[in-house]
Amino acid sequence: MTESALVRVEDLRVTFHLPRRTVEAVRGVSFEIEPGECVAIVGESGSGKSVTARALVGLAGPGARVDATRLEVDGQDARRFAPRDWRRFRGGFAGLVLQDALVSLDPLRTVGAEISEVLRVHGRGPRSARTEQAHRLLEEVHVPEPERRAGQYPHQLSGGLRQRALIASALAGGPRLLIADEPTTALDATVQAQILTLLAERRAAGETLLLISHDLAVVARLADRVLVMKDGRIVESATTRALLSGADHPYTRQLIAAGSGRRRVSTAEPGPVVAEATALRKVYGDRAVVRDVDVTVRRGEIVGLVGESGSGKTTVAQLLFGLVEPTSGQVRFEGRRFSGVPERARRPLRRRLQFIAQDPLSAFDPRWTVRRIVAEALPRGTAVAPLLERVGLDGDVLDRYPRQLSGGQRQRVAIARAIAPRPSLIICDEPVSALDVSVQAQVLDLLAGIRESDGTALLFISHDLGVIRDLADRVLVLHDGRVVEQGPVQAVFDRPGHEYTRRLLAAVPTLEVSA
Amino acid sequence: MIRPILRRVGAGVLVLWAAATAAYLALLAAPGDTVDAIIGDGADTPLIRAQIIQEWHLDRPAVVQYADFLWRAVHGDLGRSYLLQRPVAEVIGGQLAPTLKLAATAAGFGILLALVLALVARRPWVRRLSSTTELVLVSTPPFLIGIVLLSVFSFRLGWFPVSGDRGAAALVLPAITMGLPIAGTLAQVLRDGLDRALEEPFAVTARSRGLRERSVLVRHALKHALLPAVTMLGWSFGVLIGGTVIIEQVFGRPGLGQVTVQAVSSSDLPVVLAVVILAAAVFVVINTVTDLAYLLIDPRLRRS
Repeated sequence: MTESALVRVEDLRVTFHLPRRTVEAVRGVSFEIEPGECVAIVGESGSGKSVTARALVGLAGPGARVDATRLEVDGQDARRFAPRDWRRFRGGFAGLVLQDALVSLDPLRTVGAEISEVLRVHGRGPRSARTEQAHRLLEEVHVPEPERRAGQYPHQLSGGLRQRALIASALAGGPRLLIADEPTTALDATVQAQILTLLAERRAAGETLLLISHDLAVVARLADRVLVMKDGRIVESATTRALLSGADHPYTRQLIAAGSGRRRVSTAEPGPVVAEATALRKVYGDRAVVRDVDVTVRRGEIVGLVGESGSGKTTVAQLLFGLVEPTSGQVRFEGRRFSGVPERARRPLRRRLQFIAQDPLSAFDPRWTVRRIVAEALPRGTAVAPLLERVGLDGDVLDRYPRQLSGGQRQRVAIARAIAPRPSLIICDEPVSALDVSVQAQVLDLLAGIRESDGTALLFISHDLGVIRDLADRVLVLHDGRVVEQGPVQAVFDRPGHEYTRRLLAAVPTLEVSA
Repeated sequence: MIRPILRRVGAGVLVLWAAATAAYLALLAAPGDTVDAIIGDGADTPLIRAQIIQEWHLDRPAVVQYADFLWRAVHGDLGRSYLLQRPVAEVIGGQLAPTLKLAATAAGFGILLALVLALVARRPWVRRLSSTTELVLVSTPPFLIGIVLLSVFSFRLGWFPVSGDRGAAALVLPAITMGLPIAGTLAQVLRDGLDRALEEPFAVTARSRGLRERSVLVRHALKHALLPAVTMLGWSFGVLIGGTVIIEQVFGRPGLGQVTVQAVSSSDLPVVLAVVILAAAVFVVINTVTDLAYLLIDPRLRRS
């Protein structure tokens, strides 16, 4: 192409030499980024997409060996860069935005200090002007009250505001290329939409963007071109339009299918009521976190509970699970009182009620093997393998530890453990939020299958409306601790009655696949 | 902000009372007669005994004596030493300065050395060397380090005085002796914290801004590593006060250590009680300072 490409990579290979093994993370990747272009690299975790992006700023990671027949940034041969050259280049030529600003900004420093640091390192303006310049940068990314916000710490800002602050710090050095690695993955749908709008704005202003994501739907709106990575290689590279109108590689087609959503409907009619909560109310201090919530779950039914962070959905789950006593209201489970009774009375019912958490890694004992984790939930002497087979796991994971499993495998183990005592209800709290879209689809299939075969009811909590739409029969929309809307999924999605639901729906990224 | 501080002060007073009472009960249960302790090597006649019992109110029931002790302690009167026949406050006050001087110097030296070890020794083989040395320092009893230092630098080379507390030179060896184990433990905790912080995403962000590795270490990672180190340091200070007892013996220094040993061996009840109360007070103060340091370092803890 033209001589003016900002980034030119040919046959990039990144190998990690770890103490016991060698990992080839990137195996011969070639691409170019033109000025003013928005390029997206899409792939699941472990595909090498992040490592590729980080290799562009010389931060592939400790123990990484980077080889390429060509690695040009800004017309210079980066293969010959000394550490000094890289430092000048980082922040100055390329800014990097990582996933979760809560941990990607230094939690012990104010966001103002974080932004000023870039200005200092790159000698942008005199020291006296830095504070004001930091305020201007915050204003540029639409942070209201920049003077006040600059003096605050990341944990004091909302998820959206701190992601904006992180972007402001990446822009502070005046980079020509902005690399955003999963910039919206940790955010609620509405906030995600706002951040994507901000990035689109930067792009319209002439900034060159490199986006990294596991979710094609998120980047499709923004990107001119998409590179699909799998196992360290680019399997498909095309303009976004061409990709959506007909992908060549089966893996890309799978990604597109995962992004466009698929309803999983049950043929069976819901049975008798399994769990019922009436007029639930929970007050912490002088704040009502849950107000007058009624939930009914029937046998074989999947009820979605959707809302943004802070809407009270996790508290509702804790109330139903009997971890927290309601301030007023009542929970009944299998026809018996489940709230306002001593734990002794709940215990015989416990096996009938199971829980799946977002992050199974912290829900498992790290020193236990998969075999032991699952066997604990089974009657003594029952074989573990058949159960694992039901959740789509091979026998060779039996003797592995949770840390040695992928995110999807771990969630399958969690599901195996949850269904082992044959419960009548499983409460799932964001069970697929930490997973890649392609893996998400598989886990949703598995959950739908279990409902179908066992008649198990699911209460499925998520901030992701897309997931709820694909899986649930009925949905409850929670806002500020109140159910603002409820009904069959199709009806709520087609004709949302409440303003808040409409806002949530508008924010869901979907792929408009042209035939 | 006011309520937690008040709660802390209340808890501190409770700790002091508990420590004083426990010590009082322990000494009451210990064998030996108070009158014998007061007489010491003096003349022992029934008349003198009667006089002593009269003068020290030893004929009153133990409960009353205990209440009396508490009442006076609250008013700042720690009583008179049986042995030296002087006010306890005076006995301890005179020996407090050398001990505090030693403890502070040792802590200062230990902190400085730990920072240097953790921040500077980062290359793999230097780290391994430093790490091993630290382990040796931590596992060696301080008096042994003291004796080795004495025999090399005082007896053989004659660089520092063998004993006493005259001038700064006399402080060097005891401070190093007590500071080395602190440096060893602290350096390990600091290094561990730095390593963990450097793997956090914000360290990647910092590097992506073009910061030098050294700046990432000092400007970002260090503060994170300080949190566990402060806990460790608070604990070391406590050990330090206890450790002076032995080190002051080894180096023949005046100080609380000497006073305490003497008071215990001659059943000088008021002095022992005062030392216990002082040690408890030091612990309370250090714990409070540690908690406040947390708030200073980590803004996430400031939410009330």
